Amino acid sequence: MKRLLLWLPLIAFALLFVVVSSGLLKPNDHLVHSQMVGKQLPRFDLPAMVPGMPGIDTARFADGKPRLINVFASWCIPCMAESPQLMVLKQQGAEIDAVAVRDTPQNIAGFLRRFGNPYTRIGDDRQSAFQLALGSSGVPETYVIDGKGRIVEQHIGDVRAEDVPELLAALKKAAG
Amino acid sequence: MIAEAGLAALWFAAALALLQVVLTALGLWRARSAAATIDGAVAQDRAATAAQRMASEILAAVRPVAVAQGVLVILAMLLLIAVFARTDTSVRLVVEDSSAAKPLIYKIAGAWGNHEGSMLLWVTILGLAGAAVALFERRLARPTLVATLGAQAAIALGFYAFLLFSSNPFARLAIPPADGEGLNPLLQDPGLAFHPPTLYIGYVGISVAFSFAVGAMLTRDVGPAFARAMRPWVLAAWIFLTIGITAGSYWAYYELGWGGWWFWDPVENASLMPWLAATALLHSVTVLATRDGLRAWTIMLAVVAFSMSMVGTFLVRSGILTSVHAFAIDPKRGSFILALLVIYIGGALALFGARVGTIRQGNTFEPVSREGALVVNNLLLSVILGIVLIGTLYPLVAAAFGTELSVGHPFFDSTAGPIALALVALMAVGPLLRWRRDSAAAGLRRVAIPAAVTVIVLIVTLVLAPGIHVLPLLGLALAAGVAVASVAPLWGRDLRRTPLFTYGMVVAHLGIAVSLAGMASESAFNKETLVATRIGEPQHVGPYTVTLTGVRPVIGVNWSAIEGVLVARRGDGAPYVMRPQSRFFSTPPQITNESAIKTVLDGQLYTVLGNRHGDRWQLRLWWKPFVTLIWAGGALVAIGGALALLGRLRRERRAARKETEA
Repeated sequence: MKRLLLWLPLIAFALLFVVVSSGLLKPNDHLVHSQMVGKQLPRFDLPAMVPGMPGIDTARFADGKPRLINVFASWCIPCMAESPQLMVLKQQGAEIDAVAVRDTPQNIAGFLRRFGNPYTRIGDDRQSAFQLALGSSGVPETYVIDGKGRIVEQHIGDVRAEDVPELLAALKKAAG
Repeated sequence: MIAEAGLAALWFAAALALLQVVLTALGLWRARSAAATIDGAVAQDRAATAAQRMASEILAAVRPVAVAQGVLVILAMLLLIAVFARTDTSVRLVVEDSSAAKPLIYKIAGAWGNHEGSMLLWVTILGLAGAAVALFERRLARPTLVATLGAQAAIALGFYAFLLFSSNPFARLAIPPADGEGLNPLLQDPGLAFHPPTLYIGYVGISVAFSFAVGAMLTRDVGPAFARAMRPWVLAAWIFLTIGITAGSYWAYYELGWGGWWFWDPVENASLMPWLAATALLHSVTVLATRDGLRAWTIMLAVVAFSMSMVGTFLVRSGILTSVHAFAIDPKRGSFILALLVIYIGGALALFGARVGTIRQGNTFEPVSREGALVVNNLLLSVILGIVLIGTLYPLVAAAFGTELSVGHPFFDSTAGPIALALVALMAVGPLLRWRRDSAAAGLRRVAIPAAVTVIVLIVTLVLAPGIHVLPLLGLALAAGVAVASVAPLWGRDLRRTPLFTYGMVVAHLGIAVSLAGMASESAFNKETLVATRIGEPQHVGPYTVTLTGVRPVIGVNWSAIEGVLVARRGDGAPYVMRPQSRFFSTPPQITNESAIKTVLDGQLYTVLGNRHGDRWQLRLWWKPFVTLIWAGGALVAIGGALALLGRLRRERRAARKETEA
């Protein structure tokens, strides 16, 4: 018994080794994944950001049609980079609603003039309250919402050309 | 040329470490075979003499090698500093972490403000510690000393390999740019410039205890003489570790501008864990030296203390844990260090399993005795160490099961907090107990006064601050009781004849009480005000009224800043001007908040200037009563350690002189 006790430290170290090497083998992931994926959208009602385009609220996402929610801002450089891909998505039939984070109507209007407008509606989230409720930690992020208001998928960072088919497929799958 | 010379010095140092390992292995093997050929009645005696003679020969050869290795590695470190001081932009490291416009002191500090340089500093301390043992250690039995130096060289060899093969600090760039990218501005602070070297002396210096333990296990020579030889080394490393942690905590407190002094960040924990183990070791080695008890346990702690340093280095350097100390993330480097951990920690623990059973058991003792109290001290320290280790690694375990989380204040405070308080309470009792056996009644009588003080402070605090939380309340009360108890060992003694190391213990224990009082007071009575203020609007925090009277631009050596001019006033007292800054560094572009702190006798007023919204400025104000006691206590603990070290060395010198006279 006592002899076994003497080997205990080595066994403990072996355990430690397993834990840390599993951490080391795992590819390093510094993305903050939303805890909301798979859950219902939180209740919200965002006012319109720019004149002529309505804001967004919870009720809109329960009408049976899957949509994308794009979290963006005019001060965000990757958001500028992803705008051509969002235009492609729109052309392919995706409906994109947007949440403008910590921004002003003038700046958003300028952004849409320069980079095009792929959005159907834009909600004003000046204090990032809805962004945080979504579990989003930065801009840009794109969420796939099914027709019953459930968050199906989260895309972190700018949408690249290779992400477009994936997002379209996710929308199609959400439609059933 | 300088960079190449540095690299060459590193290679030579590695070669000498290898030579040292080979010499030691050869010596131990020959001593053993010499012992094996002798048999008969006087075998043991003659074997011992043969081993001694062999060890003396080997030692004569190993000593200069260890010293030369130390000289070479410090030369490499100095050459790296020279490269940084000249801002030699053909060296990759300089480009990544320095720039010509920086003040010289931060160019020098920049040498260890990055992964490669920091690892070189790590190995430098390791090599210097080995050289110091070779030069100054005279009391340890010769065969054990040879094995110890061999173990130290073996550790160094692995880390030399790590530097040379995966983290070369002297690597050149093919096309040198005109200037470097600059050091992280947060590190541009005198406190931080000297924080890593101090911390590392303790953090890596504790490797000596590890090597002593491995040496003793190899020669099966564990006893009071071994403990007495090891104790000063442990004490010295522990003093530096204490200073390093205390200074690091204060640096984080004023430089980060978050108003906190401990964040349970993985990198902080990485320095706390070796300290906890070393503190336990410090106490158990005393039992071994004085009473020849706790042999296996002391060896275990010596192995664990430096193992925690190595695990900490791995956690920090591999970047597998997310930390505010954002270091280079490189899985290849992580695997390299992990392999070294398996060799050294795994090897030492395997040796422990195989050998410690064959080491004769030491003296035993009654549960109520100084030894008994020290055993409980060790157990509690080990439990805290376990909690910190589990809390630090838990995010990794959770990630393996697909959950992402971080562990912080709520976990550590509620688990380690109560145990730490129990430990402090024990600290009041332990030094008042006799060695070997004592009566519980007598022990209780001796702690009557401290216990009464604790109860009185408890009641007074409850009356004055009825809403106080349990942990700070107990903390304040215990701090008062322990402060009284810590000086109790001096009662009724001739103060001039009391040995210096007893004073050391008294001061260190008093320091813990002082620090605890600061922590409890800060967490119980801390006042915070966060406002967006207009210029001229008075704001209130604790007993102070603070008014932002103006904001002006300031230019520094390699930064510009917006400086808020605050006028702080306590009641009707004299107004005091404070100037918190928001600094903009250009290389690399970053903003840092320079807090302005006013220290008064009963606490600190802490101010941070934030962003501007229209005509309002964000202002964060804290009143932290007695917060300075936290670091003052830490300093006392280190001073106590230094007194104890001095006392031990003096007594040893006296004993050695008597021996030669006789």
